[in-house]
Amino acid sequence: MSDPRNGSTRADVCAAAIADAFRDDGEIFGSPMGLLPMLGVRLAKLTSNPDLVISDGESLFLAGVPPLFGTGDVVEGWIPFRKVFDVVAHGKRHVMMGATQVDRHGNQNISAIGDWARPKRQLLGSRGAPGNTVNNRTSYWVPRHSPRVFVERVDIVTGVGPRLAREAGPAAARYNDIHRIVSNLAVLDVQGPDDTVRLLSVHPGVSVEEVRAATGFELDAPADVPTTREPTTEELILIREVLDPEGLRFREVPDGD
Amino acid sequence: MTKGPRDKQMSLDEVVGELQDGMTIGIGGWGSRRKPMALVRAILRSDLKDLTIVSWGGADVGLLARAGRIRKLVFAFVSLDSVPLEPNFQRARQEGAIPEVVELDEGMFQAGLRAAAERLPFLPMRAGLGTDVLVNQPWIRTVTSPYADGEELVAVPALRLDVALVHLNRSDRHGNATYLGPDPYFDDLFAMAADRTFVSCEQVVDTAGLTVDTPVQRLLLSRMLVSGVVETPHGAHFTTCTPDYERDERFQRAYAAAASGSDEDWAAFESRFLAGDEASYQAAVRSFGEEQA
Repeated sequence: MSDPRNGSTRADVCAAAIADAFRDDGEIFGSPMGLLPMLGVRLAKLTSNPDLVISDGESLFLAGVPPLFGTGDVVEGWIPFRKVFDVVAHGKRHVMMGATQVDRHGNQNISAIGDWARPKRQLLGSRGAPGNTVNNRTSYWVPRHSPRVFVERVDIVTGVGPRLAREAGPAAARYNDIHRIVSNLAVLDVQGPDDTVRLLSVHPGVSVEEVRAATGFELDAPADVPTTREPTTEELILIREVLDPEGLRFREVPDGD
Repeated sequence: MTKGPRDKQMSLDEVVGELQDGMTIGIGGWGSRRKPMALVRAILRSDLKDLTIVSWGGADVGLLARAGRIRKLVFAFVSLDSVPLEPNFQRARQEGAIPEVVELDEGMFQAGLRAAAERLPFLPMRAGLGTDVLVNQPWIRTVTSPYADGEELVAVPALRLDVALVHLNRSDRHGNATYLGPDPYFDDLFAMAADRTFVSCEQVVDTAGLTVDTPVQRLLLSRMLVSGVVETPHGAHFTTCTPDYERDERFQRAYAAAASGSDEDWAAFESRFLAGDEASYQAAVRSFGEEQA
């Protein structure tokens, strides 16, 4: 649904909400997994957080801010996988990962659906989720908010939410920092009662009831849920003219969503 | 005549001749990047079985799983990168065709190889705490810091390998080898975690040629870590081998389509590409490329 005031699309709103998740990070490695997170991180670097360190998603730190998947830029560092692991353990990193499932306590699953011993559907595997969630700030991007994604309990815990981290002991809880969950409908965090997922804002044109209906667990929400901010005119120009002139973002969040 | 170090050049099939049923084999590269695919194809042509495969996995794992060669898989992910999920691996897991799996975080995987490389029983880290990595693999234990913090950390067990297989851009005939692309991945770590390492490469060059146009820092492997060298151009196909070539995306899509299709689709792919030796594979790939052009 287009916003009547400045013509921003849902994808633009999501990009700005993702950028906001990286706004206060300072001079750390902003590490996006996937298309909208890459757009949001690059938008943050061009606006609210110019100190953010970004990469080409392969092995180079980029000094400039090229368009999505663009790499022809000044290089300011080398970040092969072995050094990514160093930075994860060191902690100066904020990763935004995908999530096939997220549960009420902010645990994430990207490994498989069903029983681990013989899954109904094998997915990627744990990847870096276990290490990310006990070492550096971690956020999640969910392009299709639905009860199949937001579940009462994930089938396999790959990313640790705050409650499980606390139960696992101080070494797990010390650097556990699940910051934001941004979906195509809303912005959430895990600061609800007993470390549960909490609704922070609904995107323009989305009702709280819609978000509740698309969530497979009881969602904590304040009496008055704010609306996610619309992108500024400057942000819209950066998104449309500089970062994503080809409109790749609409593949993940279609216009009219 | 002064003597020099040994010439370790051998053929793909000679490398496979050094392998045995039940061995633990580490495969270098990452996902669908600089994988020793010609060596994997040579294993597929052999009768080797009951292998334990240790890999940041891509089509190496998919192909070996589809052929039923894996008894135990140690992995953190299996992905084709531009095609996120590996259909042959998915099928094998969903059919229960891999008898034993060990699923680690990708950083735990590095710690396990490093422990093996340093001849330690384990290395401590945070990754895994609170997750199902420890629930599904209860034999992975924790260790308590003996210092004032008293933190309880994961004791990542050493991932010892009988053999490591890696693919690099250039090697000399003694096994000094260099990567020319953006990322060394962990091929040096695989080599140090293994009793023996076999390197395939795009080109064997004189030792002096290894550093002609390339910084010395790119010399990833020393010959003291290497048991055999195979020159096998396009040996990483269809994965990346930057800058010699990038991933063959069209071929990878065809592989993924066949792997996720019917049994007949896969049989057709196998008979077209995997029935013969490496030379016939490369010839079939060339004709595939011409058809698609």
